[in-house]
Amino acid sequence: MRRIRSMLLAASAAALLAAASPAPASAAGSMVVTYKDDVSTLDPAIGYDWQNWSMIKSLFDGLMDYKPGTTELTPDLAESYEISPDGTQYTFKLRQGAKFHNGRELTAEDVKYSIERVVNPKTQSPGAGFFGSIKGWEEVSGGQSETLSGITVVDPRTVRFDLSRPDATFLHVMAINFSFPVPKEEVDRLGADFGKSPVGNGAFKLAEWTLGQRVVFERNPDYWKQGLPKLDRIEFQIGQEPTVALLRLQRGEVDILGDGIPPARFLEVKNDPANEGLIVEGGQLHTGYVTMNVKTPPFDNVKVRQAVNMAINKDRIVKIINNRAVPANQPLPPSMPGYDKNYKGYAYDPEGAKKLLAEAGHPNGFETELYANNTDPNPRIAQAIQQDLAAIGIKANLKTLAQSAVIQAGGEGSAPMIWSGGMAWIADFPDPSNFYGPILGCGGAVQGGWNWAWYCNEELDKMAAEADALTDPAKKAEREEAWRKIFIRIMEDAPWAPVFNEQRFTMHAPRVQGDEALFVDPVHIPVHYDDVSVAQ
Amino acid sequence: MVRFLLSRLAQSVFILIGVTMITFALAFLVPADPVRMIAGRNATPTVVENIRHQLGLDRPIPVQYASYLTRLAQGDLGRSYMQRTDVSTLIASRLPATLLLMAGAIFFELLIGLSAGIWAATRRGRFSDKAVMVASFVGVSAPHFLLGLLLLYVFANLLGLFPLGGYGTWRHLVLPALTLGIAGGGWYGRVMRSSMVDVLRQDYIRTARAKGLKERKVVLVHALRNAILPIVAMIGLDIGIFMSGAVVVESVYGWPGIGQLAWQAIQVIDIPIIMGVTLTAAVAIVIGNLVADLVTPFIDPRVRL
Amino acid sequence: MSDASRKFLRNRLALAGTLVILLIVAGGLGAPWLAPFDPHEQFFDGLTLEGAPLPPNEKFWMGTDLLGRDLFSRLLYGARTSLIIGVVANGAAVAIGTILGLVAGYVRGWVGAAIMRFTDLMMAFPALLLAIALAAIFSPSLWIVALVIALVNWVQIARVIYTQTTSLATREYVEATRALGANWPRLLFVHVLPHLLPTILVWSTLGIATTVLLEATLSFLGIGVRPPTPSWGGIIFESQSYFLDAPWLVFFPGVAVLLMALSFNLVGDALRDALDPTQRGR
Repeated sequence: MRRIRSMLLAASAAALLAAASPAPASAAGSMVVTYKDDVSTLDPAIGYDWQNWSMIKSLFDGLMDYKPGTTELTPDLAESYEISPDGTQYTFKLRQGAKFHNGRELTAEDVKYSIERVVNPKTQSPGAGFFGSIKGWEEVSGGQSETLSGITVVDPRTVRFDLSRPDATFLHVMAINFSFPVPKEEVDRLGADFGKSPVGNGAFKLAEWTLGQRVVFERNPDYWKQGLPKLDRIEFQIGQEPTVALLRLQRGEVDILGDGIPPARFLEVKNDPANEGLIVEGGQLHTGYVTMNVKTPPFDNVKVRQAVNMAINKDRIVKIINNRAVPANQPLPPSMPGYDKNYKGYAYDPEGAKKLLAEAGHPNGFETELYANNTDPNPRIAQAIQQDLAAIGIKANLKTLAQSAVIQAGGEGSAPMIWSGGMAWIADFPDPSNFYGPILGCGGAVQGGWNWAWYCNEELDKMAAEADALTDPAKKAEREEAWRKIFIRIMEDAPWAPVFNEQRFTMHAPRVQGDEALFVDPVHIPVHYDDVSVAQ
Repeated sequence: MVRFLLSRLAQSVFILIGVTMITFALAFLVPADPVRMIAGRNATPTVVENIRHQLGLDRPIPVQYASYLTRLAQGDLGRSYMQRTDVSTLIASRLPATLLLMAGAIFFELLIGLSAGIWAATRRGRFSDKAVMVASFVGVSAPHFLLGLLLLYVFANLLGLFPLGGYGTWRHLVLPALTLGIAGGGWYGRVMRSSMVDVLRQDYIRTARAKGLKERKVVLVHALRNAILPIVAMIGLDIGIFMSGAVVVESVYGWPGIGQLAWQAIQVIDIPIIMGVTLTAAVAIVIGNLVADLVTPFIDPRVRL
Repeated sequence: MSDASRKFLRNRLALAGTLVILLIVAGGLGAPWLAPFDPHEQFFDGLTLEGAPLPPNEKFWMGTDLLGRDLFSRLLYGARTSLIIGVVANGAAVAIGTILGLVAGYVRGWVGAAIMRFTDLMMAFPALLLAIALAAIFSPSLWIVALVIALVNWVQIARVIYTQTTSLATREYVEATRALGANWPRLLFVHVLPHLLPTILVWSTLGIATTVLLEATLSFLGIGVRPPTPSWGGIIFESQSYFLDAPWLVFFPGVAVLLMALSFNLVGDALRDALDPTQRGR
């Protein structure tokens, strides 16, 4: 949830000068990126916030990665991989020549050690849950064991994972930060301070860190990927207000706005012809929605939930946030595999909504509570929703609280309605299953879970498990179709009212160059640090 | 005097322990679970409970408090839940910014307060006296956030004289320090005026005048030396106001001080940071109050230690 | 007393302050008739097509806010919030402070010492941090915000009342009454309290200024009165990031807060001069 800095709070970065000639691969240089908040840690087992997520991706590599600018998986530290026909065994062959920054070559032991470290409760990692399908996970996460029985070091360059169930998302899990190998000797040496002096094997290494002011990366000269990184040095300046950062970018002192274009300046910046070509727009794996607690009346009645879906004027809400989003009609965002382009959803229809309410036995509406995060723009969006609900007779009292308190209320089931903005949900990896299990599946509908609608449909859980058992890459389309069905079925039950999907607007200085897709990379946000370059 | 100091020190320790106790209790009353914030959204209930155990948060609250005090006595402020860094390191990295802001604010308070007070006192009853006093009340009545935003709008956005917030050079310091300093300057101006009026009536001032000293010298050298004492005591008492004001001013200007650290920590219930910052602020306030108490006898000879 | 009221009436600034306060009260009470629009209605034509708020114009005299609501109407209704909190929160703070100060100053002994040590402790607490923590515990509503402010603001009053009570308690007539066997609560309220009324009156007025500012600050930080209830600080909170492009959203409510605090300060200061010329400073 920490990673959920919504783009509205912080749109994102860079762009390219109107098709400037591509920089030669050898071109080197330095780039300045600004962030407002501190970078907390660069330990891949722990880092889970807006700033450090992509920084860690440049300091460390994983077994898998995505082709820059896309959501297409590709082997990275793994040279090749094999999946057993039943989908429960994944074997990775490691690449030769990938070295840690301390000069030691990566081995299969490192892969095993690093994942066990994340799952071990002593590490207090927010990523432990991603590895739940590996055999022996319960024992390690429960503290009874320190080694995962499901990870076997076959030889120094081969590692095998045995899963307790077929898991089609496992390759994505091997691309997520928490799975990135770390060198045991350095973790032992540095202890809890590993996150402040990380030793990785990525394109960059840490050169300097002045707490609260500056983090500097420099090129890893021994990096195994030819021609990468394209920059010699990246300086991250911390404590920079987005408004100030924008002015400095216009003055040429800053290359990329880590927190994006400040919302309040967005219209002015976007409408200024001088910025043409500097702002790149792209989708992101985010949906903002209203949850309705299906366990408590009146939201236990599907007609009431459908009425709420029809009552919300999504176009107006998108306008309120200056059109920096697109209206949503289903849980999945458009750039997510499995999104149904043909689904129309519930159209805005207050009269129809009133009729449904009357049919549900509430001709005069009812009173309820709508929880929301208290950071701008969420109280405003909640007020807009409140007005729409009032129009069909639902009197929703607002509870705007700190995110920790809203998350608590959602996890306890004490919140009838929650506006998710500022807290949920941005996908951790580009796969539809990540939009189901924790937030719409039965597994998340538990005390302390994130399924704030408490929606639990055993049949859909079964369908989801079947979809995730389709591990054969050849069955990708079939799997996407299965997920599409699941999400459309969910919309029939309407535990959520999806409101919008945020768009990313990345602004960069003219001298920063690279393929346009690098600036709206769905995984590396705000930009793919390894692949962009600067004009000399 | 020594006895007074010792008893005050003992009292301060008592006060600081009380502050930690109240903060601790408040942190646990907040209806949200810090462990859930640490464990993240993919954590199962077992993972959450394990982390709770690792942090010792499953023990009874009095036991946790006792162990906090024990570590505190050894100078250990604990480790931030979310930032995974020693709280002392975090505070040390941000305290200089807050102290700098306070120093700047005191500078402006004195600059505004003394000049307004002296100006008004030497023109007592005239229109300019009244105007200065009304202006000082306006300063006192303006909320920090409003002043901050207005100064930012006028001096940074319209006139471009100062940066639009941020931290680094003296130019960054001017507006936030001025914002914090204006309110205090208003108070100082009023106190300075009345204190100056009193002093100017004293015999020794008449003597100085009678000796033919220039009025300027009489006011700025002889009178000011005595008239300024109440102000010194006020600076000590202002520390608390600065500590509160810092939360707002630092957020308006993006100033990386402990106010911002506290505000962010409260959002995610990072208890060690909340404890550390409150304690730091309380120490500063206690020192300020002590200074004020030590200065008071010099202001009013009737109060003896 | 007539001397005091003559003194007060001669203070033109105080009269101006009183007038402003009366205007604000009238605006708040008369909001349903004075406000041109419903303060909660989010007008479709209250925003540009791109979702930007409108500057002051013929229809919306003070412009619209970021949801397309009429700013002038919201300011009028917002006066109610500020006034209610100012009066209630400050009244509660004065009550708490007076009772604790009175008891501590009169009873002395360990009870008095305990109360005053607790007051010292609260003095060392950074007030705003305390308010933020309290607001996080009790989710904010109008009355909760008032309570939070009262819990933060009583400390100074308690100290002032304590000091005065200690000196009053040693006066001959009090000692004489005590010797006659009057029970102490009666003695406190009948013989001591009336002498404290001027102080209480002054603090009640000055304290409202502080309270109004604190309420605005809490709202500004997003932990004040719950939206959509209009509150001056809350309007600024919602609009602060837009202040470069829509300065009226900060300017109008900001000036309202300033005027209200200033008026109460002026009146309180004049009262202090009129009732007790020996007290100066804060």
